[in-house]
Amino acid sequence: MFAHYFHLALRSFRRNKAITALMVLAIALGIGACMTTLTVFHVLSGDPVPDRSSRLFHPQLEPRSKSGYVKGEEPPVQLTRFDAEKLLRDRKGDRQAMMTGGQVAVTPQQTNIEPFISNARFTSADMFPLFAMPFQFGRGWSGADDEGHARVAVLSRDLNQRLFAGENSVGRTVRFDKTDFTVIGVLDDWRPTPKFYDMFGARGYGQTEGLYLPFSTAVELKMQRSGSMDCWDADTTGDSTSLNAPCVWIQYWVQLDTPAKKAAYLQYLGNYSDQQRAAGRYQRPTIVKLRNVREWMEFHHVLPSDVTMQMWLALAFLAVCLLNTIGLLLAKFLRRGGEIGVRRALGATRGAIFRQLMMEAGTIGLAGGLLGLGFAWLGLWAVRHQPVDYADLARLDPSMLLLTFLIAIACSLLAGALPAWRAMQITPAVQLKAQ
Amino acid sequence: MLEMQQVTKVYRTELIETHALRSLDLRVNAGEFVAVTGPSGSGKTTFLNIAGLLETYSGGIYKLDGEDVSNLNDNQRSRLRNQKIGFIFQSFNLIPDLNLFDNADVPLRYRGMPSGERRRRIEEALARVGLGSRMKHYPAELSGGQQQRAAIARALAGSPKLLLADEPTGNLDSQMARGVMEMLEEINQQGTTIVMVTHDPELAARAQRNVHIVDGMATDLAMEPALVRPGQPAAARV
Repeated sequence: MFAHYFHLALRSFRRNKAITALMVLAIALGIGACMTTLTVFHVLSGDPVPDRSSRLFHPQLEPRSKSGYVKGEEPPVQLTRFDAEKLLRDRKGDRQAMMTGGQVAVTPQQTNIEPFISNARFTSADMFPLFAMPFQFGRGWSGADDEGHARVAVLSRDLNQRLFAGENSVGRTVRFDKTDFTVIGVLDDWRPTPKFYDMFGARGYGQTEGLYLPFSTAVELKMQRSGSMDCWDADTTGDSTSLNAPCVWIQYWVQLDTPAKKAAYLQYLGNYSDQQRAAGRYQRPTIVKLRNVREWMEFHHVLPSDVTMQMWLALAFLAVCLLNTIGLLLAKFLRRGGEIGVRRALGATRGAIFRQLMMEAGTIGLAGGLLGLGFAWLGLWAVRHQPVDYADLARLDPSMLLLTFLIAIACSLLAGALPAWRAMQITPAVQLKAQ
Repeated sequence: MLEMQQVTKVYRTELIETHALRSLDLRVNAGEFVAVTGPSGSGKTTFLNIAGLLETYSGGIYKLDGEDVSNLNDNQRSRLRNQKIGFIFQSFNLIPDLNLFDNADVPLRYRGMPSGERRRRIEEALARVGLGSRMKHYPAELSGGQQQRAAIARALAGSPKLLLADEPTGNLDSQMARGVMEMLEEINQQGTTIVMVTHDPELAARAQRNVHIVDGMATDLAMEPALVRPGQPAAARV
């Protein structure tokens, strides 16, 4: 009967082309607007590390001087190099990594490729397993490489494509700034969105880096770092990236697999802060924070408020489109009282009439979904051409594609339910006499 | 086949009550051809709607093929209607979007019949009414008489025990009306019970029995001797 109802729905559309087209258009416009904003919302509010976002934490300490102290103030969102290196040495988490952004001049060995500047991440060995970064070739470096300031590098898939045409480049040499590095790994596609581990570029929606170098090596070679830095007091060292500089500029992530470990780590951070204050290095009262990835993104207000507002507006627009569709369906179904009366006389139950009409509504939803997909595609194309940080992320993925159809069909069924219910109540005797 | 005892039907609004049927008693035996006559507003159509399970009644007992239908719910009534009753309407009531084959297919689909059997029955029924070559035609492409024959084929395809006809020739000219009437008589002779509501005394006279409804009450009329010549086929009497 399902196929038969579908067949009847198509016949009905042919009979009322104009009204059907109006309904499909109404659903499509609503779905198009809704899916455009929902896709942006989905992309921007997604979980960048779905399997581990609840186990990855960013610690915050309060190393600033008393100057300008406000009680209850949030501690800095980055760590000093001194604190980060100490936490890394103590290794109190299951895994931990310190990192900062950087920029290096890449000089390919191939003479046909001009040198260029690439974004880099100066980090420690655990970053790769910590964030479950996928490797296409090779592997990440080890803790020993960190300690030995090894000249090793991990390339992104894109950079490897640019430098080595996508071949396995493990063991090959590339010059970064003025030093030769050996490639020991090539990442596969990896772009956590939002880029949770560094929220300071492009509001967290920037591209991932082209290459990864050991933090210790980058410091030794005085490679150019990039990103946010916050200093206080006068910097007596003359180098804001030196070990004792009163500046926060290091992002630090730690993996804590159980709530007990999180509690123990918080205790450890508190004790560490107390020790630092006792030693005279910290001056403000101890305040430590430990946020997981979700909490970290919420804290940074990663999702732009205009995106949320647009989504609600689009949902309201979809509701208006649905109301219009309800009206059109009601008119369409009730105008077919004669046919419904005949079908009832010939043995159709009310349920059969309801199913037939709901199939018709669902088919309109399917058609509206298809057209709405086109509108959503156009809408996202428009978003990609807007001067916003997340522009290049605005694309339909398979899950949103499926959701588009599900929403379209659900909306049309919702819109069809009342008209179909009214139509199935039609008294056949009255309709047959009126024919 | 059809037995009504003290059946009443009252339409109620906030202001008035209308008694469409008042203690209607009627029995139609299997294989009979009964004509129901009466003035406009006498309750003929209400009787036919109740007989066809298209309307519920307010009181009394109605047994269809021996089954008391008083307590059946809407689904049960729909199923019973589908299996046992065929309808022929004054205005044919073919579905305009469907061709003759698909129109005849409607009641069989609701019965859940396999497609092969449906096809066989429809082809037989359409051939029987002389429309075997017009299965793919749409109602609008046919004359009134052909449409009514198609409606008869739709009713016949389900092999109903009871055929309810509401002014089946009301919208037809006399020649087409004659053809439709002959077809009903033939169907009756093959064993189908027919109850026909009509205004036309000439058509009513061709039925085996006349029931006159006035003010919602039925009177079984003796047939006019002049119009009935026992042993002669009904079709020959026009």
